[in-house]
Amino acid sequence: MEEGLKYVGAGLATLAMFGAALGVGNIFSSYLDAAMRNPSAAPQQQGNLFLGFALVEALGIFGFLIALILLFVV
Amino acid sequence: MMFRMELDPMHQFVIQDWIKWHPGGIDLSFTNAAFYMFFGVALIIGFFLIATSKASVVPNRIQSVGEMGYEFIANMIRDTIGEEGFKFFPLVFSLFMFVFTANMLGMIPFFYTTTSQVIVTASLALLVFFTVIIFGIMKNGLKFFKLFAPSGVPWPLLILLVPLEIISFFVRPVTLSLRLFGNILAGHIVLKLFVGFGVAMLSTMGIAATIFWMPLVMAIALTALEFLVAFLQAYIFAILTCIYLNDAFHPSH
Repeated sequence: MEEGLKYVGAGLATLAMFGAALGVGNIFSSYLDAAMRNPSAAPQQQGNLFLGFALVEALGIFGFLIALILLFVV
Repeated sequence: MMFRMELDPMHQFVIQDWIKWHPGGIDLSFTNAAFYMFFGVALIIGFFLIATSKASVVPNRIQSVGEMGYEFIANMIRDTIGEEGFKFFPLVFSLFMFVFTANMLGMIPFFYTTTSQVIVTASLALLVFFTVIIFGIMKNGLKFFKLFAPSGVPWPLLILLVPLEIISFFVRPVTLSLRLFGNILAGHIVLKLFVGFGVAMLSTMGIAATIFWMPLVMAIALTALEFLVAFLQAYIFAILTCIYLNDAFHPSH
């Protein structure tokens, strides 16, 4: 029973992908939106783009880590 | 030992002792992870020795690649900290080069990815974390703790904000290390899984064997993505180091 619930928990942890996908999609769509309006200002904001991407993606990665901990550690 | 085919996607992260050595009960064995870290550092040193050996005003090819690396980190520090941040150029440059080389070496088949071990990334992140604290207190004294109380905020809000700022400061080494570790680990697992799908489909000898190439095509696309991630994670590690160091230089935001 407990053994099986571990896999259910790991499966549920993949839901973190949902939030990370929304966040990453939002960042790139806003960036492109703004870059199409003012292409000359776009290269200076590329650092911020990747920074925001990294911060959002990290939260998705935490979900992945919880899945790993459930599968291999607990 | 190294070239045995394994379908288990976690097998690629197993640490093997190449030379066993236990002085006084402490495990100091020379492992495959240690070897690839030394190999990466040797590659970096070798590359920059060659790039700077015949330095001239008009750079040759290898020298201009080295200069590109220098300019890349120099611009990053100039944009985030400013000119006074060049004190930390060697730190940021070594961190970037080490992470980048480790990630790239990991993309070569059968090579070990040292950044897929959380202990490696955690050591790097803790180095950055303690550098920021020690340098920040040395430079600003007690004013460094203004970092936790943003200026221009009404005091009732501070009750809420200060604990949040403290938590977000102390969670930094965790996120910094886990981001790199998680990205590299997840990427390599996914690559291995897709190749494993292809092999498993082919071995069924049934209808599935006719489309075994589909996961393999996906694996090729993912390899390209992983090269991007390998660079991107090194870049993000370096730029976050700069941003955290900026707090030590200018604590009151």
